[in-house]
Amino acid sequence: MLDEQPVRRPSPALASQQVALVDLLDRVLAGGVVISGEVTLCIADIDLVRISLRALVASVASITSGAADPSDRVTDTGTERRDDRPPF
Amino acid sequence: MSGPSATWLYALVPATGTGVPADLRGVAGEPVRAVEETGLRAVVGTVPLGDFGEEELHTHLEDLAWLETAVRAHHTVIETLARGGPVVPLRFATMYHDDTRVASLLAERRADFEATLERVAGRTEWGIKAYADAHALAHGGTGDPANDAGGRGRPGTAYLLQRREQRRAQETAHLRASEQAAAIDAVLAGLADSTAEHPPQDAQLAEYEGWMVLNNSYLVPESRTAEFAAAVASLDDRFPDIRLEFNGPWPPYSFTAPDGDHDAGGGPGG
Repeated sequence: MLDEQPVRRPSPALASQQVALVDLLDRVLAGGVVISGEVTLCIADIDLVRISLRALVASVASITSGAADPSDRVTDTGTERRDDRPPF
Repeated sequence: MSGPSATWLYALVPATGTGVPADLRGVAGEPVRAVEETGLRAVVGTVPLGDFGEEELHTHLEDLAWLETAVRAHHTVIETLARGGPVVPLRFATMYHDDTRVASLLAERRADFEATLERVAGRTEWGIKAYADAHALAHGGTGDPANDAGGRGRPGTAYLLQRREQRRAQETAHLRASEQAAAIDAVLAGLADSTAEHPPQDAQLAEYEGWMVLNNSYLVPESRTAEFAAAVASLDDRFPDIRLEFNGPWPPYSFTAPDGDHDAGGGPGG
């Protein structure tokens, strides 16, 4: 009947596609086999978890307060990522 | 694709398993393919260094939208492979110069990778998060001592006493919460092959209230999935002040370290 269905529907198939980002980051950035040694790029030296947390915090701050503390701001694109939610 | 590129690793699977789906795309939207060596298959993709070079990657990782897209793409490849048999996921952003070096890696660490594949085969990672209701734990059963803390005639003293009682109540609540979390973990770990702990998630980022007293992964044999789920439901009833939430099934992200690096199932050290 309705043309516009809500995007989030609790179907198991969809749920597996849309796992919560926080749960995914716990595993993808902190889990998996780590290969040290001959990796081309020094990615093993990057603290993926810390960096992602910084990105998340910057993003959440920009959503909840409209403007994050500029000193904490990692990039300026943060406020434009979620234009579906009005900043206030 | 032109310009310098690298080989991004997604996962390792047995070379005898089902092939890599032709329509599978990776973190750069690239087709995903296989590099095989001595019975092992690395599932990889070619990514441009213009986006995935060290410096570029550093910048991108600070951008949540980019990070989310890439992390989900990495996960999609691994999850798709996991449907076809055992997989060993690689840490996000593991890259080699070229396929030849990937093949050398497979040859060099064959025994290690085969052991890990065997350890995770037929098993699934389930995530369990436990949230404590701080208020209920602080005041459960004993009434609210803060209400009796002081007389009306001495508002300053009353206030201080009340604060002290509140702090005590909160400490008690913390203690109860961690005791109950340990009891929950003991039951679940008993059903799992291995347990891995993740740090509690940030309340704001994960959008919850109260305390996250458990954020664990359990590697559960598929034959025991139903039993594990029943145990979660039963524990949820047994501890009314703790809310349990599960996520998964996951490919075994949290169980890829060599043997001995995880808590052995069935024998938690305390």
